[in-house]
This record gives sequence, C-alpha cells and structure tokens, in this order.
Amino acid sequence: MKILVCMKQVPQKDAPLKLNESGTWIREDVSYEVNEPDAYALEEALRQKEKHGGEVVVITAGPSRSQQVLREALAKGADRAIHLEDQAFVGLDAFNNARAFAAAIKDEKFDLIFTGLQSDDYGYAQTGVILAELLGWPHATIIMQIEKTDSGIRVKRELEAGYFQFVDMPLPAVLTIQSGINKLRYATLIGIKQAKNKPLRKVTMADVQSSVTGNLQKIERMYVPQKTKNTEFLEGPAAEIARKLADKLRNEVRVL
Amino acid sequence: MPESILVVVEQREGKLNRVSWETLTAGQALSAETGWALQAAVAGNSVGALAGEVAGKKVTKVYAVESPKLDPYTPDAFAAGLRQFIETQRPNLVLMPHTYQVRDFVPKLATAMGRTVISDCIGYKKEGAKLVFTRQMFQGKLAADVSFSCESPWFVTFQNGAFRGDKVEAGASAAPVETVKVEIPENVIRNKPQEVFKEAKQAVDLTQAEIIVSIGRGIKEQKNIELAKQLAEALGGEIAASRPICDSGWLPMDRQIGSSGQTVAPKLYLALGISGAIQHIVGMKGSRTIIAVNKDSEAPIFEIADYAVVGNLFDIVPPLIEEVKKAKAGA
Repeated sequence: MKILVCMKQVPQKDAPLKLNESGTWIREDVSYEVNEPDAYALEEALRQKEKHGGEVVVITAGPSRSQQVLREALAKGADRAIHLEDQAFVGLDAFNNARAFAAAIKDEKFDLIFTGLQSDDYGYAQTGVILAELLGWPHATIIMQIEKTDSGIRVKRELEAGYFQFVDMPLPAVLTIQSGINKLRYATLIGIKQAKNKPLRKVTMADVQSSVTGNLQKIERMYVPQKTKNTEFLEGPAAEIARKLADKLRNEVRVL
Repeated sequence: MPESILVVVEQREGKLNRVSWETLTAGQALSAETGWALQAAVAGNSVGALAGEVAGKKVTKVYAVESPKLDPYTPDAFAAGLRQFIETQRPNLVLMPHTYQVRDFVPKLATAMGRTVISDCIGYKKEGAKLVFTRQMFQGKLAADVSFSCESPWFVTFQNGAFRGDKVEAGASAAPVETVKVEIPENVIRNKPQEVFKEAKQAVDLTQAEIIVSIGRGIKEQKNIELAKQLAEALGGEIAASRPICDSGWLPMDRQIGSSGQTVAPKLYLALGISGAIQHIVGMKGSRTIIAVNKDSEAPIFEIADYAVVGNLFDIVPPLIEEVKKAKAGA
C-alpha cells in the first residue's frame, strides 16, 4: 500500500498567541508542533504499512520551520518526505492548499491519502475532502478504523453521540483520520538517525503556481474573542479557593 | 431569480436533525438583514413529510430534493444531487449546520462548483453590503471574521449552539412545498455504507445528570482520576471526560462529552484540567453553571466559565472535597 500523509505544523497547544500588527494573523514567534490529528493519521499509515507492506510518504506545505514535522515523521518510520516550502503557504486557504498538494503529487501513484480530520489552527476540516474532489477519488471522513478488503477497504466512520458506520470503498481513496484511532509511537534513536538519510524533496511555490489561484475567502480580521460571560475568578491559597467554591456551590449554584 | 438564502436542513434515516432549526434561525436573521428570500431544502429519497415539517416555519418555500440514490447517505450522491439543485436555484447563500455529515460532503460540493465553504461559524456581521462570518481559530483562543472573495453561491456552516433552535419563527401559514427530482448517474456513488450502529452498550446517560465533574488532559495520569471520582461522589454527580481521556481508555467512551460523545446541559459542570477545545465545548456550553479549574490562564474554557480558578487542580480538589463533605454533613 502506497500511502501519502498530509501533515501540518501548528502553534503548540499552550503557546501564548499574539496578534500581528495588521490584526490578520498571529505573530509567528511561538513554538510549533505537529497538528495532533495528523500525528494520528501518520501513525495509522505506519501501521498499515507494517501490516500490508508498501511505502509511507509525508507531505507538508509551509515555511522552513515546518520541515520539523517531516523529520519527525521520517524518524517514526515514514519512507520519504515532500516539503512544499514557502512562507506563502501559511496564508493559503484549504482549497488552494489542496490544489498545491495535488500538483506536487501528480506523478505519484498513491493507494491512499490520509489527512487529520481537521487542523488545530483553522479547524476547517476541509483539505482532505477538497483533495478527494480535485483528484476524482472517493473519500470518507472522521475515520476510526481501516481494514483491507478484496475490493478495496472497509472503514469505520465516527458519527455524533457515540454512533458509528462501516463503509466499503474502492481504492484509491482519501480518508480523514480521527484522533484516538490508535496510540502514537515515539521516534526511536535509530529512527532519528535513519531519518537523516531519507529522501526529502522540496517543492517551491513557483513549481505549483499554475495550480494555485487567489484565495476564495479572506480573513478580514482576527481578534481576542469578546467575552459574553461574566466570569468570576476565585483567587487565594488553595484552602481559601476551596471554601469560596463551596460557598458558590451552596448559595449560587444550590447543589449543596 | 430573486436573491435568496437556502438552508439545507439535515435528515438522517427519515428524521429531521433538530440542529437544523438553529440553521433556520440563522437563515431567518440573515434574511431579515439582507432582504434575501429565505428558502429551505431537505434532500433524501422520499422526504415530502419532512419538507412539510419545515414548511411550518417562517420560510418562503421548501424543496424536497429527491432521488432514490440519496438514500443511504453518501457524499458522492449528496454532492451531485445538491449541486444540480443549487445550480438551478442559484441562491446567494447556502447555510447548513456543521454536523459530521455536512463536513463529509459540503467541501466536495463547493469545490465541484468552484466555490468555498466558511465552516463552523459562530455568527455573522453585515458590514455595508458585505457579509462576514465569525469563526473560532486556534481552538477558541482567537476569533476571525471571514469574507468571501468569490462569486455566490456562498457556502456557510454554523456550529452547534451558535443559534437558538427554539427561537426559530413559525410561519403565519404553511409555506409551499415543491418536490424536485434530481438525476444522479450510475457510477457516481463509490462508497457502500452499512447500517449505523451504537458501539458499546451505554451504561450511563450523562444527559440526565444534574451535576457533572469532567476531566481533561490536566489530570495527567490514570490513577489521578480517583480524585475526580471522589469529588463527583461527594457532590452526588457523574464523572465525565474530554476525548483524549476516553481515547486513552482511562474512562469508557460513554463518559465522553463533546461533538463525538454526549451533549449535556447539567445544573453544574465542573471542568478539571480541560483546556476547552471547540470539540469539547460544543458538548457542554449549555450547562447552567460552569466552573473551570486549569493551570493555563489563557485556556479557552475560561471564556465560558461562570467561576474560574487558575491553578493546579491537585491543590484545589482535595480541600474542595472536604468542604463539600462538610457542607453536606450539615455544617
């Protein structure tokens, strides 16, 4: 099975975010990490390779700092990486990112393409589905299990409120992977060493420019959300906070 | 064609998904502000009765978009069928609830039409002639106002709870209902879905709990859950958790609160070590009182908390358990 995993680098979960001067994005002087759902997508691809043989290729679009995500993936066991390297990719909408990915892989023959179900920065949950449409492939989203069958794959889709659904699909296909589908592995020291020698192909914005158009949507402004709730912060030493909370529970919430 | 807003109402297995009333409320508000006529559509095999239900609300017209190939749901069929319908109707705006099913097909539908979706919106603003849609970024830490840079139709999905379904206006009289048959050619549908099912037997119905003590990654280790359980017990409430805790197997899946788990609105929701990621918040933001304890002062959970403690839950919870026990003993 030849599997492509689309991965994204996003600000660390607890990174303090500050708006840039124009108020249209964040200041990039924060620490970054791999988008968590993408880490699960990679892990699933590695497990499928371990079961069925094949190759796992990882791809990301972003500035040079995002190469870290590819290096970690190679260290975990991916075979090759493709880096669409350009700061300009940060501002592209999902539609154009998907078009850039499609252009970068046009000479490859993947059986499966995985993305995380959504990114922790934008949270649109669209890139994988758009990519499937651009490629003309079937797709399924929010996947919790993948099994090989004679006619392709059988996947387990997660629905709301604890419901699930199995779907039979032909290959090639695009799947967006849900967090918690598996347990993430750590890269081993050997893996980290081996990663240095694995192929990493760079693709510039110029290489895919003909596939990319202007964004179809625009962030007019970003801002700290206006609070609608009147939050009361309780302060003091722990014992005092506990007392204050108990008072609230008795007098305001009326559960004591 | 007069300018219009189309709300695509969701049905699953012949039943209207109630979150669609929220989308209709949004459509009614947008219609009032823009002057564009509000229409609704429901897609499926034989959905006339469902269209009739929607026609009782204040809309100018309801369409039953039908094809046997729309049942069972597949993204291929829904994208193809709705594309046909939308290309004839040419609404300015197409609104849908941000459900797992909508996420599965609307980006495909928009892309096939050379358009885009602004998804998971929590509101909108009209700025002159332009509409901008507000959505959360970075798991709720920041908000963004987003506009369309392309021609209509403009696709928007709204987050659960962004609008009040119970505030949808009824119509003075039933709106006309029209059935529209769509043709979905052979070979369009590639997925073969099986029956929808619920996984494990649900031992607890958290929607019935008055008090919920919920834990997130801040609990750090499985053995620490015992502390949260003691607090739940002292309060007479149920223990629950955000997704990562259940993914790790530390609590069973039927304890999960959030978009993939249960949606609850108890009298008291006590969030311990929960950052407040959007997927969790949508499952509990309707709680009457929310108390949050988290080490990170920037945690998005504090946006919706009534009472907030920026601190270490391991310092706070043990004395809190004692205070609760004292109070219950009649102190």
